[in-house]
Amino acid sequence: MTTVIPAPTAMHRTWQACLFGLLMLVLGMFAAGTAKAQLRVDISGVGATQYPIAIADFSGDPKGQLISEVIRADLTRSGQFRLINATGTTLEAESTVDHENWHSRGADYIAYGSITQAGGQYTVSYRLANVIQKSQLDGVAFSGSEKELRRIAHQIADRIYEKITGVRGVFSTRLAYVVQKNNTHELQIADADGQNPQVMLRSKHSIISPAWSPDGSKLAYVSFESGKPVVYVQTLATGERFPIANFKGNNSAPAWSPDGQQLAITLSRDGIAQIYTINADGSGLRRVMRSPLIDTEPFYTPDGSGLVFTSDRSGSPQIYRVPVSGGNASRITFNGSYNISPALSPDAKELVYVTRRDGAFRIGLQNMATGAEQLLTEGPDDESPSFAPNGMQILYSSIQGGRSVLAVVSTDGRVRQTLSTLDGKVREPTWGPFTN
Amino acid sequence: MRSRIVKSLSIAAFAASLAACSSVPLDESQSGSGAGTGGGASTGQIMDPFNPQSPLAQQRSVYFEFDSYVVPDQYRNVVEMHSSYLASNAQQRVVIEGNTDARGGAEYNLALGQRRSDAVARMMTLMGVRTDQIETISFGKERPRAHGNTEADFAENRRADIVYQR
Repeated sequence: MTTVIPAPTAMHRTWQACLFGLLMLVLGMFAAGTAKAQLRVDISGVGATQYPIAIADFSGDPKGQLISEVIRADLTRSGQFRLINATGTTLEAESTVDHENWHSRGADYIAYGSITQAGGQYTVSYRLANVIQKSQLDGVAFSGSEKELRRIAHQIADRIYEKITGVRGVFSTRLAYVVQKNNTHELQIADADGQNPQVMLRSKHSIISPAWSPDGSKLAYVSFESGKPVVYVQTLATGERFPIANFKGNNSAPAWSPDGQQLAITLSRDGIAQIYTINADGSGLRRVMRSPLIDTEPFYTPDGSGLVFTSDRSGSPQIYRVPVSGGNASRITFNGSYNISPALSPDAKELVYVTRRDGAFRIGLQNMATGAEQLLTEGPDDESPSFAPNGMQILYSSIQGGRSVLAVVSTDGRVRQTLSTLDGKVREPTWGPFTN
Repeated sequence: MRSRIVKSLSIAAFAASLAACSSVPLDESQSGSGAGTGGGASTGQIMDPFNPQSPLAQQRSVYFEFDSYVVPDQYRNVVEMHSSYLASNAQQRVVIEGNTDARGGAEYNLALGQRRSDAVARMMTLMGVRTDQIETISFGKERPRAHGNTEADFAENRRADIVYQR
């Protein structure tokens, strides 16, 4: 029943996970209480279904409590779990669980485990039990350095989430966004809980439209550092970057194809903003279609065959779809006179976008099959929506109480969280892909 | 060589303006700082984009309505003035920078700013400026001149600037 990943394999996986995030720059993020998170988390609302779960403190090392805290925070943020108090409980990975006791305390599930340390290397063993069925659902061991413990905790939370909900967890994914303070612009990436922020690029000029490569190893973005918008691609592990589109006029709005082989971009080299594709090495520029009006913000359909994009060809900005090979575009949005910034859910069934209604910029969600629309937010200034890679939540930027924040809303609109900075403006967020 | 000619021309123009200043009353529509531009007769004005006293330096912005990229009628004479200068100074190049107010998405605003600079450029080419004298770019909402959130601030940022290249 118990599956234990051998230490070298677990080690390898954790290293892979860390490598893409600039191992060298990892901050000392695991010191209790002293972790200087730049983003503060607030949560409101609960999911339609909440699974009651107890998370015992992991035993064997003081770090065990921190592992448990990260798991609890992750599951709470999803809005899909109700935490049963497990304070004072010490269970080891090999302990026998008193299922009836936990059931009587209101839990349907309990997660617990052990953590041991030898020569600076930690081994974290975790178990998940269903206390109603009195069965063990999961059991895995992870190994890593102290700096990797937080990531290990996110991976455990991902496993718990998937075992119970049937949907892959996103707690070990990352976010990219831009922080603007005074006249400095920083392209940052952070863990999905807003912790461990790292600066990828610092500039005196605007940075907009970051886009993750499908494997999470690179970011494409638009930088104004040369006096006009130019599209760069940067490898996160090395910091190496190059301009992939620096043509006459504006270069902007990069989006990766699902296979990572090409990008769609917007150029004004032939006059008005139009959509092109270009190979990931900067070769093979191709214009997708010819439009007399603005076409921009391309986003690949998950099967890679089409693009959704913004165009004002109808007289107001609306969202359209076109084959990547070109041809006729079909209009998707019809409500309101300003619909921009489209993104499709990973299963292609839902479209998220920014819509202006009565002067407020709000996040809209449209069912691609029925056309039914749901307004997920109230505005007044919500922008830059993107789906979590499991399609369950949407990340966007917002002004709340006069403060600039990153916000997350569940696709059913029920659960909201904000990640707020201490100062400055946070904008242009985008949720990164699964990476392990 | 070219810049020397331009420089000597502008010195001559400046001298002419000083002379004009002593004999011509200030234009009442100017707020007092516009010394040398007065008189109303275009022949009395300094037509040098690099002289801060010249209308070519002072009036180089075209303002737009919300979500619009149509050059309003009241800015047609501004575009005409620059077009006339550029048509007779074919070596002079300009960059037209489109800007938008802070409302709405960064990318759509970038495209909208581009349409504003293109609209000014198209009007200029119709007035005789060669296309290779003009480059159009956009800053979208990334370089606001006014930083507030009032209607006046928004209006100030819905703008295309004609920037002469040295």
